[in-house]
Amino acid sequence: MPGKVHVQTTINGEAAEYLCEPRQSLLEVLRDVLYLTGAKEGCNNGNCGACSVILDGRLVNSCLVLGAELEGKSLETIEGLADPDQLHPIQDAFLENAALQCGICTPGFIMAAKALLDQNPNPTEHEIRYWLAGNLCRCTGYDKIVRAVQDAAQTTS
Amino acid sequence: MAEKKDYKVVGTRPIRHDGLDKVTGRALYGADFQTVGLLHGKVLRSPHAHARIKSIDTSRAEAYPGVRAVVTAKDFPAVEDKIADLGEGAANVKDLQDNVLAGEKVLYKGHQVAAVAAIDPHTAEEALELIDVEYEVLPPVIKVLDAMKEDAPLLHEDMRTDEMGEQSEKPSNVASHFQHKQGDPEKGYAEADVVVEQEYTTETVHQGYIEPHNATALYNPDGQLTIWCSTQGAFAVREQVSEILDIPVSKVKVVPMEIGGGFGGKINVYIKPIAAMLSQKTGKPVKVLMSRADVFEGTGPTPGSYVRVKMGATNDGRITGAEAYLAFEAGAYAGSPVGAAAFCVFSPYKIENAQVDGYDVVVNKPKTAAYRAPGATNAAFAAETVIDEICEKIGMDPLEFRILNSAKEGDIRVDGPPVPHVGFVETVEAAKDHPHYSAPLEGENVGRGVASGYWPNFGMKSSVVINVTADGTISLVEGSTDIGGTRASVAMQAAEVLGIPAEAVTPSVADTDSVGYTAVTGGSRTAFATGYAAYEAAQDVKGQMVERAAKLWEVDAEEVQFADGVFSTVNGKEHEIDFKGLAARLDETGGPVVGRGTADPNQPGPSIGLHVVDVEVDPETGKIDILRYTATQDAGKAIHPSYVEGQIQGGAVQGIGWALNEEYIYNEKGEMTNASFLDYRIPTCLDLPMIDAVIVEVPNPGHPFGVRGVGETPIIAPPAAIANAVYRAIGIRMKELPMSPGRVLQAMGKI
Repeated sequence: MPGKVHVQTTINGEAAEYLCEPRQSLLEVLRDVLYLTGAKEGCNNGNCGACSVILDGRLVNSCLVLGAELEGKSLETIEGLADPDQLHPIQDAFLENAALQCGICTPGFIMAAKALLDQNPNPTEHEIRYWLAGNLCRCTGYDKIVRAVQDAAQTTS
Repeated sequence: MAEKKDYKVVGTRPIRHDGLDKVTGRALYGADFQTVGLLHGKVLRSPHAHARIKSIDTSRAEAYPGVRAVVTAKDFPAVEDKIADLGEGAANVKDLQDNVLAGEKVLYKGHQVAAVAAIDPHTAEEALELIDVEYEVLPPVIKVLDAMKEDAPLLHEDMRTDEMGEQSEKPSNVASHFQHKQGDPEKGYAEADVVVEQEYTTETVHQGYIEPHNATALYNPDGQLTIWCSTQGAFAVREQVSEILDIPVSKVKVVPMEIGGGFGGKINVYIKPIAAMLSQKTGKPVKVLMSRADVFEGTGPTPGSYVRVKMGATNDGRITGAEAYLAFEAGAYAGSPVGAAAFCVFSPYKIENAQVDGYDVVVNKPKTAAYRAPGATNAAFAAETVIDEICEKIGMDPLEFRILNSAKEGDIRVDGPPVPHVGFVETVEAAKDHPHYSAPLEGENVGRGVASGYWPNFGMKSSVVINVTADGTISLVEGSTDIGGTRASVAMQAAEVLGIPAEAVTPSVADTDSVGYTAVTGGSRTAFATGYAAYEAAQDVKGQMVERAAKLWEVDAEEVQFADGVFSTVNGKEHEIDFKGLAARLDETGGPVVGRGTADPNQPGPSIGLHVVDVEVDPETGKIDILRYTATQDAGKAIHPSYVEGQIQGGAVQGIGWALNEEYIYNEKGEMTNASFLDYRIPTCLDLPMIDAVIVEVPNPGHPFGVRGVGETPIIAPPAAIANAVYRAIGIRMKELPMSPGRVLQAMGKI
């Protein structure tokens, strides 16, 4: 086993550094090294989206990125979304619309919705459904999630 | 006893109490648990569907750097053959143990065989490859009808059939056969103008919760075991671990973390006893997490089944007789939900001449577990499509047919008990009146179908403690893990009693040492039974607060009344104080007020629903699209309507997945070949329209606010409703689930 890699990066707007094994995924680094456990492991192979984060402005599954790849990049996670005194409008919309049940997929959905609204502030219902199809929710049937994103789009645009 | 009145809190839609933690990523689920000195466990699983274990050599793994312990079935204490009650179903303790770590045989691919604890997960994984297991591979049997054949390979060489109470002489894979009968079906068919008989098959499907199973255990030298985990029932984990490891229940403390979905699948234990055994060997806390493939291959799905239904009716639409033959795959050990299927299959209807036969059959698949109205969906797929065929033959509207044949309160169900007060007709009427049912259908290959679903619901035990805080709020401690918003729906019932806002309640889910016994979050029981316990605890608080007000005003307690959140003297209301004001003065009237409530309510009140769906079938690909979906359901009284709608929508979509895509696909060796979310395809939001959930409220007389559980019913109707819609679209009756594109093309004769 080769030694650990030293990574210098930006996480939620702040400079961060860590040591990780070359084989550790970004999801493992977030959860086991940095204790940012808002990203969840649902499948570990890119099918469920519970570990969604935004890397250099792009929505990715953190289980499909290596921790060592973060060098020099900028990462947004669910932990960085709210201000100290105010939730992000997407978070508020999820609460208002009861768009979560067990909540395990919620951080991933919220990050995916943010990535969508960052580049398309007024999506149609179909665009929302298309964009969020990489995130699985087993509890809600998606109805209230789609409505929450529609609401958030109205608030933010 | 349901009070009919205007509620202040019940029926409103407050923000759920645990919401903020869950939208900020701060809520701690089982896998998020951390502690110092943690070791990581991994489990070796059987690569074979059926094999005898000739030997296990763990010496190379034990010698691997970083490995701290290895366990196999040899490390289990000897246990007696006995049945443990798990809340939603019972199980033989020896079977539970054998399922956790295989003894003499492995009975399905994915069966747990050994486990390693090491300094990190990767080291543990590497060490698994150094465990040498010698197998004698045996022929597997995967399908229920194959397993029932006389010459089928036997899973358990000593298992005899319980044939309606008698033990069979020869060993068999059929664990039991039971029968319910009333009247004479043959006589019923003789009176009928139309008799329809059809056969149906369904494949194994999984609950598909997004969070894999997890457990962290710490065993202390004084014999005290603590387990942090995601579970539907902390007390059910305590009982199972106590039985499997032969530790007194008082020595096992289970701390329920947040849970990422369960649907019945997180009641049985798999890795929790393993984490405990590894901790016992190492003296360190040990965390074990399942992978997604482990979840599919190693945890209980819901059965594949063969169902035959025969039904006769007169030309004017009266059911004269019916029979159901239900053969369910239990998985590797006895105990499928065929019993529940039997009491649901005809329950919405009044049928004087009926017979139901149920068979519980072991096959080389993971031991099945509960899944949302377990058994009912398989049965309803058959019964509700046979009804549709009868309606078509006699030319009657399927909703009118259901109203005509609906069972009324007091009618006797085929399995014996009378039908309680239930809003079946009301849900059918709601569907009939909904604009969806009369909306025109446009285009080719489109069709509309309906079906109903019935679930009896469960009560069971719950405990709640309420502490009054000096600022006029209350803390509410409960034992029910919150999977879908029950902190809110339980808290709201206490708030209603005490005349305070929902936000003035701080609910928390406690560990097994910190709250009274509480059964699983399952059986659609939490808002009903734990809500009932919260109601009782709030009544207790109310009584104590009345005494405090009396003390304050130096009057008798009988002279104090409480209404709309205000305590006052009965005569002339010369004294008045609201809940908040009185809470601030507890110190001068005797100190803290703590209320307690326990419940074991026996009238859960069935919930019933009627679903309407429009589909379009692509004749070239066989793909079925859901165009529009409406689900009505009797909720008794919806405490928090948003989360009741959420249950209906989520359950309907699980049913849609079961109908269209989901199945365990096996090869000839009995290996599941699609153990990932890519290949076991659950619905995504792109596959669906909005789901219109229509709440019908026919109060349950067995609950103070009229609550009926709502969680399970909505999964039952979708496969039959969709099959009926497909028939209207392309004229073909689908009799196999899932109705995947390949099966549709096959049924259309195109492949």
